[in-house]
Amino acid sequence: MTNALTIERAATATAEPDAAARRRRRTARPPWEEPPTPVGQAAKGLTLTGMLAVILVPLWIIVVTSLSSPGAVNRAGGLVIWPDGVTIEAYREMLTDSTVRTALLVSLGITLVGTAVSMVVSVLCAYGLSRSRSFGHRFVLVLLIVTMFVNGGLIPTFLVVTGLGGYDQWWALILPGSVSVFNILVLRSFYSSTSADLIDAARIDGAGEWRTLWSIVLPTSRAVTAVIALFYAVGYWNSFFNVMLYMPTDSEKWPLQYVLYMYVNRGNGMPGSVNSGFGSTHAQTAPLSLQMAVVVLTLVPLLIVYPFVQKHFRTGVLTGAIKG
Amino acid sequence: MSTADLRTGRPPRLSWLVRLRRDRSLLLMTVPAVALLVVFNYVPLFGLLTAFQEYDPLVGVWHSDWVGLDQFRQLLGDRLFWESMVNTLYLSFVQLVLFFPVPIALALLLNSVLSERLRNFIQSVVYLPHFFSWVLAITVFQQMLGGAGVLNQFLRAHDIGTWDIMTNPHTFALLVTSQAIWKEAGWSIIVFLAALAAINTDLYEAAAADGAGRWRRLWHITLPGLRGVIVLMLVLRLGNALSVGFEQFLVQRDAVGHDAADVLDTFSFYYGIATGNYSYGAAAGLFKSIISLLLIWGANKLAHAFGEDGLYRR
Repeated sequence: MTNALTIERAATATAEPDAAARRRRRTARPPWEEPPTPVGQAAKGLTLTGMLAVILVPLWIIVVTSLSSPGAVNRAGGLVIWPDGVTIEAYREMLTDSTVRTALLVSLGITLVGTAVSMVVSVLCAYGLSRSRSFGHRFVLVLLIVTMFVNGGLIPTFLVVTGLGGYDQWWALILPGSVSVFNILVLRSFYSSTSADLIDAARIDGAGEWRTLWSIVLPTSRAVTAVIALFYAVGYWNSFFNVMLYMPTDSEKWPLQYVLYMYVNRGNGMPGSVNSGFGSTHAQTAPLSLQMAVVVLTLVPLLIVYPFVQKHFRTGVLTGAIKG
Repeated sequence: MSTADLRTGRPPRLSWLVRLRRDRSLLLMTVPAVALLVVFNYVPLFGLLTAFQEYDPLVGVWHSDWVGLDQFRQLLGDRLFWESMVNTLYLSFVQLVLFFPVPIALALLLNSVLSERLRNFIQSVVYLPHFFSWVLAITVFQQMLGGAGVLNQFLRAHDIGTWDIMTNPHTFALLVTSQAIWKEAGWSIIVFLAALAAINTDLYEAAAADGAGRWRRLWHITLPGLRGVIVLMLVLRLGNALSVGFEQFLVQRDAVGHDAADVLDTFSFYYGIATGNYSYGAAAGLFKSIISLLLIWGANKLAHAFGEDGLYRR
């Protein structure tokens, strides 16, 4: 038993019966609590505003700059803070560049395929392990958990992947990290809590395990499935180091994060500059608005999905929090 | 079903063959995950043998020459390795002191916000950077604090001179810690918020009735209520003291120079894979893993000594 289990128990215990009471406490201060002092209130407001500003202001500046014309960037002397002649020229120019376009497709491809693979494998495994009296589930569980603590490390893993012919192959970016034991444990704990009566009823109606998983368990745990899918998808979308390891040379196969790294952080040539591409030695640093457009491009898919999944984080994360 | 089973109400004990037949589809479902983990987690464990070899990629693990502990001996005499070790420990220490308290404070602050809607909004914003890649996070920092960034743009416009933050090796520890705080502090509050939610509100009321002010309640109810989680997080943090991060340093290594940005995690990459000296890198990785296991074991012992559960209960 880990302490994390204690947290979880405590958290779920209060989350359910007390939820209503808590919400009430939230909106109205209990009579015994002293009203806040003006100084304390101001300090609190300032800290929270500062916290939000530190995260939101840079994003704002980056978006505004990406939407600015070269003239506006010049007038601002660099990054643009207030919108000044909004144009989507940078985006148009960026998307005409084949490196960025391919990178976008590569990133989307890796993310979609990878997430699909990870989800199928994890959901199946989690359900297979979720029935408390099934044969052999304890053994498999131990097999899984051991990998959370013991692993070969960077070089042995690299040697295995390249030994299997993974160098310069798409699967090298997907398969080695496709299974997250942590995510499986989170899913499993949700599947175990699916009402036994519901499963028995399905069984009586003649559903096998596959049918039960598909028609009963999956539909009743949509929220956690969405959270886990987001975790996997973000992992694939952000893949950077694997690219550095397994396909550092072929720029046709680079995902967006790697292009961002090369274009913006390394100051390599950018699309739209005179000598685009990496073959040229005189690659020019691109206009700032173009660089920022690449940054925004890596953000957009996340910002689209995030609001839909975000509200389920609490359930998804806490149940699995550091379960060992 | 025998009469004994009927009396105890337990399901009858089935032979393993019957259970295997009954649960074969459940077992079948775990096969893909197990297969992937065997290939990419268990097989590499054998690859650790390369740490005791002079690994030659042409002949593979089976036919490479055994050199015993030579790689480790060389490692311990390597100035670059010790530099990485010192950097790692130093960065870990700075992060422990500066980063660790931040999520706790933020969680306390956020927990005191009355409006549910405001709290949800703040939470969804502070969770966001956790989902950014390190490349993106560092790009954001570069654009704000870098040589051509907003800060220096402002300083230049007012003739104050420039402030070199992103490439200064001397303040690199502070820089990477603030990056880590920016990216992860918001996300780390989740577990503290849960622990806060688990504290019985009656305790506060009782304490208030006994005349305890807000600070006394914080000290005598809230903090003790968080104690278990804090110790657990501390144990995890100490156990991971040798893993300060990877991509974060990889991306910034060129800007600040290797003597400030090399940590144990990047050491294996630069002096193992990039140079083709696989055995050497594997030895460095193994060395790190062993020390890390000792650290986590030690930290856990410490937690037990303080009467807390740590990672597992005694």
